[in-house]
Amino acid sequence: MEQAEKSKVAATGLVRPTSNGPDKESPSTNGYDVSRNPVLSERVDNAELLRMYRLMLLIRRFEETCGQHYSLGHIRGFLHLYIGQEATGIGAIAPLEDRDYIVTHYRDHGHALARGLDTNRIMAEMFGKRTGLSKGKGGSMHIFDAAQRFMGGHAIVGAQLPLAAGIALAQQYMDTDVVTMVFFGDGATNQGTFHETLNLASVWQLPVIFFMENNLYGMGSAVGRVRHRGSDFSDALGAYDVDVVSVDGMDVLAVREATQAAIDSVRAQGSPIFIEAKTFRFVGHSFADPGDQYRERSEVDLWRRRDPLVAYPKQLLEYGVTTQMELDDLSASVDAEIEAAVEFAINSPEPELSEAFDDVYA
Amino acid sequence: MANITFREAITRGLEEAIETDENVFIMGEDIGEYGGAYSVTKGFIEKYGEKRIKDTPISEAAFVGAGVGAASAGLRPIVELMSISFSLVAFDQIVNMAANLRYMSGGQIKVPMVIRAPTGAGVQLGATHSQSFETWLAEVPGMYCACPSNPRDALGLLRSAIKSDNPVIFAEHSHLYGSRGEVPEEYFEIPLGEARLDREGDDLTLVSYGYGVHILREAADAMAEDGIDAEIIDLRSLSPVDYPTVVASVQKTGRAAMLDTARRNGGAMAEIVSEVQERAMDWLDGPIIRVGSKDVPWPYNRNMERDILPDAKEVVDAARRVIAF
Repeated sequence: MEQAEKSKVAATGLVRPTSNGPDKESPSTNGYDVSRNPVLSERVDNAELLRMYRLMLLIRRFEETCGQHYSLGHIRGFLHLYIGQEATGIGAIAPLEDRDYIVTHYRDHGHALARGLDTNRIMAEMFGKRTGLSKGKGGSMHIFDAAQRFMGGHAIVGAQLPLAAGIALAQQYMDTDVVTMVFFGDGATNQGTFHETLNLASVWQLPVIFFMENNLYGMGSAVGRVRHRGSDFSDALGAYDVDVVSVDGMDVLAVREATQAAIDSVRAQGSPIFIEAKTFRFVGHSFADPGDQYRERSEVDLWRRRDPLVAYPKQLLEYGVTTQMELDDLSASVDAEIEAAVEFAINSPEPELSEAFDDVYA
Repeated sequence: MANITFREAITRGLEEAIETDENVFIMGEDIGEYGGAYSVTKGFIEKYGEKRIKDTPISEAAFVGAGVGAASAGLRPIVELMSISFSLVAFDQIVNMAANLRYMSGGQIKVPMVIRAPTGAGVQLGATHSQSFETWLAEVPGMYCACPSNPRDALGLLRSAIKSDNPVIFAEHSHLYGSRGEVPEEYFEIPLGEARLDREGDDLTLVSYGYGVHILREAADAMAEDGIDAEIIDLRSLSPVDYPTVVASVQKTGRAAMLDTARRNGGAMAEIVSEVQERAMDWLDGPIIRVGSKDVPWPYNRNMERDILPDAKEVVDAARRVIAF
């Protein structure tokens, strides 16, 4: 697919050191040139670069593990995995502050983990247990953590957009500098709520970031088959006077840099920004979909060659940010975290049937 | 006591909320500069400014959803739909968002939001503008539905609705805006889900809400001339339904007829009759009969529309059948 080949490689914040390998004499530069990209590098040190890698691994392993437990019947309902899109969610969420809001779609585990929601409690929600974030009443598609301003997990395509506009409206009303970020896919751009919300956000100048994860397929429908301009969103928002930023969603640092700039702008100006990250899910739409009926094997393979789980650690090693041993340690700690989460979920109690009647009304 | 209109009662409730709670704001189509389709918010934008009184685009899904978002982030929005018929274009936001958010977040999020909407047929607006969807919305768990019949109840229920931490559908029958009634000067509230005994009687119980209560009064007056002593229960809320009050009345009279101004088929009374007969079977001396609008889309033609709508005569006929059983 041409999208992969045409993917724009944005500035990463990392530049190849002049010498071969990391410059061990100047640890302050951490092996990359801080002067090259002040937006990113002033706020991103090696620990943060590694934290993002760990999140990437965490999401991938979490999703793989969910798939296994779906096959075992421990997780039911619809299960939409984020495998392949990790760089996008992490790059987008990493630069947000604790006070900022996140609203997302039903492919929400990755965003929840990137936001730092408790892995045990997300997993317990998958298992429908009482210890889950929604006490077992939400499920995979409805992950919430109000304390972390993670406002769902919404499963009607595009329905989360007005909600985000309202949260942003509340920020404007209360005169805060809080940013609201709302994720949606390419499929949502054909919903009325997409256009209605963009208009509302523009008319009222709401501090919201519209973050489109364009994974090129709305379930099984290629964006080119169902959207008049296909994957070209460059002038889709002209009518709303919203700035559009396009970024390579497979490059976590590019996403992070673009998002950081957008956050800074929205925080300062209060007006909306639209980010399009081009990405790809390596797996089917949901666990019920093998994902091979509506797209060519070669297309999937092409994107898999850009797997952020391969590219990003390679980058980190190449630029001397870390060592293989450190990466191996991180991997082991992620495995332990996932294992503990599964154990927590399995050992957690089922909710009492009477709890189905709780939380209906405040 | 002040003798004011239904419209003035709602206006008073809204102004009071705006003036006493800085987190309350109102938004909807043409509620600001235009003053509201039914003039409920006339002069508000001049008095309270654009921050508190927001004119929205004709974009029901977006502004109802934005109300849900604002409520979930700590404000108390009052959203006006120009007609409850227009709730259809915002149904996903009302049902899946406003009503479900709390439950599917395991109680983490609350949505203190009022959705006000004129409802009802009878002014020749045809099929798309004459609906009474409070009967659909009342079924949805996670939100309440109030539907006052007079100025006093309108004000008391509106106060409770605005104070509620749950979403409330506030259905205002458009025939009622100009109707008058006594409203106390001192502060009072009417709890959601509390019915009102509108008229005491021993022979049978008549149940309705909103404009339907006025039809019941006319019917009860007509029956009184024949020596039938009807009791009238004004539900005031369709969610929750005050079953204890209705059941107690039916147990006293042993007979009941119930009126929907909405369509009879699938109307609110279909559910209420069913529940009441389960709870009061041993006290019933006959079937509970439902009266409602006929099961066709709303016609524009005046005579046709009047024929489709229920009237006092149909209620009287139903009551006679119950009594004759």
